[in-house]
Amino acid sequence: MAPNKIILRFGENTSDQPIIYRLVKDYDLVINILKANVNPNKEGTMVLELTGEKYEEGLGYLRDQGIRVQPLAEEVFRNEERCISCGACTGICPTHALSLERPSMEVKFDSDNCIVCQLCVKVCPLKAMEVRF
Amino acid sequence: MAIEKTYAEINEKIKSGKAVVLTAEEVIGLVEEKGLTEAARQVDVVTTGTFAPMCSSGVFLNFGHSKPKMKMQKVWLNGVPAYSGIAAVDAYLGATELPEGDPCNNNYPGEFRYGGGHVIQDLLMGKKVKLEATAYGTDCYPRRELETYITLDDMNEATLFNPRNSYQNYNCGVNLSNRVIYTYMGVLKPNLGNAHYCSAGQLSPLLNDPYFLTIGMGTKIFLGGGIGYVAWNGTQHFPEIQKDAAGHSYGPAGGTLSVVGDLKQMNANWLLGTSFLGYGVTLSVSIGIPIPVLNEEVMRCVSVSDRDLYAPIVDYGEAYGQRLPSDLGFASYAELKSGTITVNGQKIPAAPLSSYPKAREIAATLKEWICKGDFLLTEPVKLLPSYRDGIQSKKLEIRGL
Repeated sequence: MAPNKIILRFGENTSDQPIIYRLVKDYDLVINILKANVNPNKEGTMVLELTGEKYEEGLGYLRDQGIRVQPLAEEVFRNEERCISCGACTGICPTHALSLERPSMEVKFDSDNCIVCQLCVKVCPLKAMEVRF
Repeated sequence: MAIEKTYAEINEKIKSGKAVVLTAEEVIGLVEEKGLTEAARQVDVVTTGTFAPMCSSGVFLNFGHSKPKMKMQKVWLNGVPAYSGIAAVDAYLGATELPEGDPCNNNYPGEFRYGGGHVIQDLLMGKKVKLEATAYGTDCYPRRELETYITLDDMNEATLFNPRNSYQNYNCGVNLSNRVIYTYMGVLKPNLGNAHYCSAGQLSPLLNDPYFLTIGMGTKIFLGGGIGYVAWNGTQHFPEIQKDAAGHSYGPAGGTLSVVGDLKQMNANWLLGTSFLGYGVTLSVSIGIPIPVLNEEVMRCVSVSDRDLYAPIVDYGEAYGQRLPSDLGFASYAELKSGTITVNGQKIPAAPLSSYPKAREIAATLKEWICKGDFLLTEPVKLLPSYRDGIQSKKLEIRGL
């Protein structure tokens, strides 16, 4: 069974609940926490991989607690401070989301065309392309 | 009457704020409009720029003496080895050096996330860098090991000394093989899937002084966001006029520069640690060189445009690595910058590795420095060899005694 990657968004009232414990104990889910930012009395986010037969029931429990559940959509971002518009990504990007504007020769990033293949993240010589959840 | 100007005359104009300075991009239109003679009369200095990975780069460091003192035999900065086979606390950190234990290409293609170039950038950013050293110990230098943290400010000297920078021209890399290859020219897709080139073309310093009429030992330049100087010709300095099989001339190529400058007055935005997937690490170096318009011949040289300049197309799938001749012709920088070139009758996408917007910014910055009277031109102490010297590259033959 392939794990489901999801993002949980907590309101400030739910961040002190032991919800991970409940997912394990009551719904028998295997959990891998990829990223967590949860603070008392503040809004929080958590990125999880969830596996188990009671996956849907587990999500139902989360929603009942007022937690927003979203499928994980990774996004590629450009770190504008690092990018020097060398252009090395533009020949590699398969969808032309990264392209050169002419005649300025500045690299343009159109995230609407990005399919998050992450080739640019690997080839950018200055590590200016980043994946964010 | 022929136009003749001296360095002294041009510097007098700079000091009095009367010098006319144009970038190598701006001067193209002026010459087209007014002609060479009138343009040479009007313009005193033309500025150039380039910002690209330049592997033959590094920095001489002097750490100061610890107590007790040490004659450092092995030195590491953030785990990256530096050469210390010189005096006690001197070392040379090369841009392409990798940290001890880097997986390199064991997990092909390797990521090469950190190396000498990145240490140089970290130092410029004011970061504390871990310095480790070991030694065998002597009567005058008893210490045998140390570990500490230092910043650029803590050092006595940090002298950027790059043995080969600012290539006059560079290959346009393609891949004729049937697999993806990972090179210092980036990722090249199989069967002519793409092309990469690496030059600022019409803004590139040595393409604007193809015969080395003005750039020589002692020329003051923009280097890494600060001031630097041309120290000598670069290694592998083979200035020539490139020709195809039929003898047609495709302009200058092959010249290189060795440059030097005080790292402490440079800027982390203009010297960047750089990683090439499956290849290694390096340093992206920014260089801008002012060219004094001494006469019409110099003006003719600086007025070249991307239409007149050509990169040789080279197969990195086999020919480059196997040192075989590659006869794929030439592509003009105008074609390369359009994004499509034709190789073996096939149209393929072309992308740069050298930042043209940054090259433009460097040329504009240098122009501003000169216009403000802050930056005077230096007459070279010695000019560099040109194509007239007929320097041939030597090859390394593998042989026994």
